[in-house]
Amino acid sequence: MTQSRIMPGFKPSLAYTLLYLALIVLIPLSTLVFKSLQLNLEDYWAIISHPRIIASFRVSFLTSLIASAVAGVFGFVIAWTMVRYNFIGKRFLDALIDLPFALPTAVAGVVLATIYQPSGLLGKWLIDSFGLKVAYTPVGIVIALIFVGIPFVVRTVEPVLQEFDTTMEEAAASLGASRWLIFARIIFPNIFPAVITGVSLAFARGVGEYGSVIFIAGNLPYVSEIVPLLIVTKLEQYDYAGATAIALTMLVISFVLLFLINLLQLWARRRSGQ
Amino acid sequence: MSIVLSNISKNFGQFAALNNVSLEIPEGDLVALLGPSGCGKTTLLRIIAGLESPDAGHVVINGQDKTSEHVSHRGIGFVFQHYALFRHMTVFDNVAFGLRVKPRQSRPGEAEISKKVKSLLDLVQLGWLADRFPDQLSGGQRQRIALARALAVEPNVLLLDEPFGALDASVRKDLRQWLRNLHHELHVTSIFVTHDQEEAMEVASQVVVLNHGQIEQQGAPSAIYDHPSNAFVSKFIGQTNIIRVDQAEKVWLSTTGLDGELGSVAHIRPHHIDLSKAENASQSPVIIKDWQHLGAIIRIELFNALLPDTKSLFAEMPSEHFKQLTLDKGDHVIVKIKHANWFN
Repeated sequence: MTQSRIMPGFKPSLAYTLLYLALIVLIPLSTLVFKSLQLNLEDYWAIISHPRIIASFRVSFLTSLIASAVAGVFGFVIAWTMVRYNFIGKRFLDALIDLPFALPTAVAGVVLATIYQPSGLLGKWLIDSFGLKVAYTPVGIVIALIFVGIPFVVRTVEPVLQEFDTTMEEAAASLGASRWLIFARIIFPNIFPAVITGVSLAFARGVGEYGSVIFIAGNLPYVSEIVPLLIVTKLEQYDYAGATAIALTMLVISFVLLFLINLLQLWARRRSGQ
Repeated sequence: MSIVLSNISKNFGQFAALNNVSLEIPEGDLVALLGPSGCGKTTLLRIIAGLESPDAGHVVINGQDKTSEHVSHRGIGFVFQHYALFRHMTVFDNVAFGLRVKPRQSRPGEAEISKKVKSLLDLVQLGWLADRFPDQLSGGQRQRIALARALAVEPNVLLLDEPFGALDASVRKDLRQWLRNLHHELHVTSIFVTHDQEEAMEVASQVVVLNHGQIEQQGAPSAIYDHPSNAFVSKFIGQTNIIRVDQAEKVWLSTTGLDGELGSVAHIRPHHIDLSKAENASQSPVIIKDWQHLGAIIRIELFNALLPDTKSLFAEMPSEHFKQLTLDKGDHVIVKIKHANWFN
């Protein structure tokens, strides 16, 4: 059977794949599980059900969801602009998009906190004109997460938009469709799976994001405290069991959410006949 | 509906794709825009469709000036070279698209749409593929679905860009015949673009030959073949032997029954060359260098021993006639040329 494979090297490549997945992903994660198994169920539950922890889970997942959705919309717009139009400074803008990837997240966090704090450049203006307090609230967290999330969306949507067959748009136009209908019925359904991929990447990154968030969040318990911060706090107090319990819970929730997003993606792909 | 194009010009940067093109297409015709690649034929088609706007000139469809009308309001059906089917929709939804995006007042009900789509799929003989996605179809099937989709909105004019270009030879042959029959049935004014002269001759009732952004000749396929208006058309349509007449050739040509002035150019169709077997080598300097069996006809490559520097001459005759003459490689033959078109 294996003799008839066209691509050679199936066995060694699979072996390497498994080896590296084990070394880099599975062994650390299973250590996490084993560590938390030292706790009995009651202790575990006592840690997890603490109102402050529950509040932090709500803050982390809600802000990540909102931020990734916003990043989805604006990332799509940016990708659209970059692919469909030519303008002066396009290359510069292109480099700018990747900046959040390259910048140390703590630097981004400090900068965001500086400009959005009540006396900061944007923070002052937002408070004066809209009464909107950004820094030290969940809104600040959302902004920081949009900042780190947008490049994921742009870079996943861009290649798909580039490959999009524009004669489909011409065909739709020749059949009498308006610009809006062409976008809604032809372009969007074809790009949607890629947008979801970008959003889920941004979401996954957002849930685990630490550096760029803690400076702008203010870390007020029950209000703007994120899960990763609580884990770090526990670790600093040498409460390893507590830290792993929270981490494991977060792992499970993230996994379930990503799984659901993947299902959504599968459904979208089916619908688009891919 | 009739189409009148007047003085159409289009430039892409420095490149003049179309240069002052005027063309009239009567209602119900099936017209081929024929030319080598880069001659502007696709640009002309896209200008008629409204997918491209001309720098100068007017597009008049059925008496109405449509030059600045958007493609979605021109009432045309466009079939793209690579089909441009909506890959996220089933075949049924693809064909129904044009009906479903109509403004509410003129949009038919879903039951009526369904009926119409089914009848169109039957017309292109692909009713059984209604629930498939485009990626699951063969090239020929996609092309026919694209045609059904374009016909769904009952266009006044059907425009096809290299409709058979991406198909393999046998499918192409079938579809050509099929398109011709379909046109006989529907009588919708149709224009298709091709670079394949055989395809243009076989399918179209009128052929427009384009070169370098200009129309070289327009007419029925037979007229264009028999009476090419210039050297380009003569060369481009069908096989042609081209002989520039100098002193030596003038002498030789006179023995074949052709009388040409010095410096003029003779275009000779291969089937206008008659051959008969020479008794001996002194009777004729022309030798059969090679021959090929092309089915009903034989193509014969001739070599003139007196003019060794000139290109080979090609003659064609029915294979039965070739058998009767009992000709073969190396035989000396007497050449008679029945007809030539002369160009300078």
